[in-house]
Amino acid sequence: MELFDLALIWAFIIGFGIIMYVLMDGFDLGIGILFPFAPKEEDRDTMMNTVAPVWDGNETWLVLGGAGLLAAFPLVYSTILPALYIGVFLLLAGLIFRGVAFEFRFKARTSRYLWNWAFAGGSTVASFAQGAVVGAYIQGFEITNRVYTGGALDWLTPFTVLTGFGLMAGYALLGSTWLIMKTEGRLQDWAYRITIPLLLGVLVVFAMISVWTPFVDEMVKDRWFSNLSIIWILPVLALLCAFQIFRSVRNRFEGMPFVATVGLFIFTYLGLIVSRWPYVVPPEITLWDASSAYGSQLFLLLGLLFVIPIVLVYTAWTYWVFRGKVRAGEGYH
Amino acid sequence: MELDPVLLSRIQFAFVVSFHAIFPVFTIGLASYIAVLEGLAFKTKNPSWVKLSAFWTKVFAVVFGMGVVSGIVMSFQFGTNWSNFAQASANFLGPMLSYEVVTAFFLEAAFLGVLLFGRDKVPAGVHLFAAVMVATGTFISSFWILSANSWMHTPAGTEFRDGVFFVTSWSEAIFNPSFPYRFSHMVVASFLTGSFVVAGVSAWYLLRKREVEANRRALSMSLWLILVLAPTQAVIGDFHGLNTLEHQPMKVAAMEGNWETSRNVPLLLFAIPDQENQTNHFEVAIPSLASLILTHEWDGEVPGLNEVAVDEQPPVAIVFWSFRVMVGLGMLMILFGLAGLVLRAGGRYWRTPWFLHGLRFMSLTPFVAVLAGWFVTEIGRAPWLVYGLMNQSEAVTPSLTGGMALFSLIGYIVVYALVFSAGVYYLMRVLYVGMEDDDVEEGYEAERPKRPFSATHVPFEIDDQDRHKPLNQGGN
Repeated sequence: MELFDLALIWAFIIGFGIIMYVLMDGFDLGIGILFPFAPKEEDRDTMMNTVAPVWDGNETWLVLGGAGLLAAFPLVYSTILPALYIGVFLLLAGLIFRGVAFEFRFKARTSRYLWNWAFAGGSTVASFAQGAVVGAYIQGFEITNRVYTGGALDWLTPFTVLTGFGLMAGYALLGSTWLIMKTEGRLQDWAYRITIPLLLGVLVVFAMISVWTPFVDEMVKDRWFSNLSIIWILPVLALLCAFQIFRSVRNRFEGMPFVATVGLFIFTYLGLIVSRWPYVVPPEITLWDASSAYGSQLFLLLGLLFVIPIVLVYTAWTYWVFRGKVRAGEGYH
Repeated sequence: MELDPVLLSRIQFAFVVSFHAIFPVFTIGLASYIAVLEGLAFKTKNPSWVKLSAFWTKVFAVVFGMGVVSGIVMSFQFGTNWSNFAQASANFLGPMLSYEVVTAFFLEAAFLGVLLFGRDKVPAGVHLFAAVMVATGTFISSFWILSANSWMHTPAGTEFRDGVFFVTSWSEAIFNPSFPYRFSHMVVASFLTGSFVVAGVSAWYLLRKREVEANRRALSMSLWLILVLAPTQAVIGDFHGLNTLEHQPMKVAAMEGNWETSRNVPLLLFAIPDQENQTNHFEVAIPSLASLILTHEWDGEVPGLNEVAVDEQPPVAIVFWSFRVMVGLGMLMILFGLAGLVLRAGGRYWRTPWFLHGLRFMSLTPFVAVLAGWFVTEIGRAPWLVYGLMNQSEAVTPSLTGGMALFSLIGYIVVYALVFSAGVYYLMRVLYVGMEDDDVEEGYEAERPKRPFSATHVPFEIDDQDRHKPLNQGGN
């Protein structure tokens, strides 16, 4: 007896997991992208200290997303991963390097510059790969008989390179506004200075993608220009958030730039979802086509309903414990 | 030369999973050891136990950290290289793998932080509870993974319909026929790994006369464990083998190097299997012993590889030799357990240099034995991925080309070589610095909970302080 549309519940869970990952790993990846440009080495220490207690908790959402996708929407897992084969490798290699750099940089002295590079390089590659994934998703995938039949580098087009750089700029923006919130003095001044140019970079890419997308895919164009005018509220809200970032940086507010950047990400993400809903492997496969058996979705759901709230409470608690400013030369105690 | 994506994907999976496996195999055993040490410390208040537990918790932190990093790769391998398999088996394997991940996160979120950082911050009873929960969590994680793996060997509780497996009975699928044997074999292997590493490291410290009191206790504990567990493992292995004979006879035929079904099959001590000519060269054998071991009768019939077509046989040589490496090392482990018992007379076990040097060497053998065992069972399943139902070439990603697979294989080898040589090097540093200087770097680095490596204070580079460390006067 199928009481609930479990596919819908699962789409919500996975969608929630993805945005949690993007926001939370986003700002620490952004710290990595900005890392080489920081004014001084001690600022790099401080930057790392602002994310050290939370970053690996942030990445757990990615692993949960990967495994959850296999369980709930195996067709998404088994078509998108082959389509993005090389990109997935780059993403994982980047995440491994930066993860290990986190651990070893704090222990290293003379070899510290190597770990700096591993951290910055790994973060940058991983961010670019994620942005290219978003672009590939907008492009759609060549699927025949529930199997990916395209080539190894189909995902790499001028469009996905653009979205790759776009997400890098976006993550850097999350990173710089995070630093505004978490630091003070010279480092905070620097973060204020770079935020506006980063915001402009994000908006330029945002505009280019918006203009380009209707040419990339007919269906997306229809969705936006035919019947559903209500969805235009999403880009409007995103732009309002962008304006709010601009204004709050001008007024040197400390928390608002980050909050507004989070808003910018959420509304853009929702815009992306409505562009493609209910297709999960565009242009052909819907979330109901991609679902695993009802019993399998139910079996895992029972466990997750128990665990996710605990993970959320624990995550919130960690952020609460490590609230406040991080000063140069001190970590958390 | 044509690059074969199936072969390259198999090599890649073997490479990443072998690399990953050595960490959890160790942490499962070590977590229980730490829980026992915490229990002893709680009960007796003896500072030796506290010292040992604090030290091995640091080692645990580093190994656990490396296990997590290599584990991230695993959760994407099925999709990138084995997408048809992923799609076909997701109804069962998806929830299994997800539950494994969820268990690991739940454990990490709730208890690992308390174990690593909470010693002086929470009541002793709470700390002990966290240690027990971390140990329990490692078992639950391996429960899910081994259930999923066992199902691929002895699929049950599912129905294969239109190229997709549907679960008809969760309990039959989870507790499939080979699961109890594989699970116990693996848990004991983890305990043996933990015991031998602790024994080897303690032996090394004892040879250098460092922290003699604590390390003598640690060595004694692990030798008792080895004495009991090494023979137990042989018995479990025998039952596991009989279960394999029932469900996967061709794997057993490859393990025994037996080409033709026959009676009075000899046990081969040495041979060079020749798959092309379907025979062995240079056999050294004990008559009828394989029949006796496998059927418990001297003239019992043992299945041979000729029962299936040549292209349905597993690669014989590697299965045959991996099996001998595993069993040979297992025998050596039993001998060391017995030697430890003999040397207890007069308390010589912690003062006999040849024995201690031998234990140093033995600390590496469980890893080799575990990998060899996995080679036997996984390669022995070839050409099947889900035994009897889905073979490897049906399972591989259709769009995968040999070039792509080669690219990622080389990539993973390079990444892992860099990252894990740094990791293993650092682990050696932690062992070298030892348990005397618990606060080498106090003040240099602030505590950052949630990051496993923060549990150690050992610097990455060798510095002058270490070079001047007196080698023969420990801190006791």
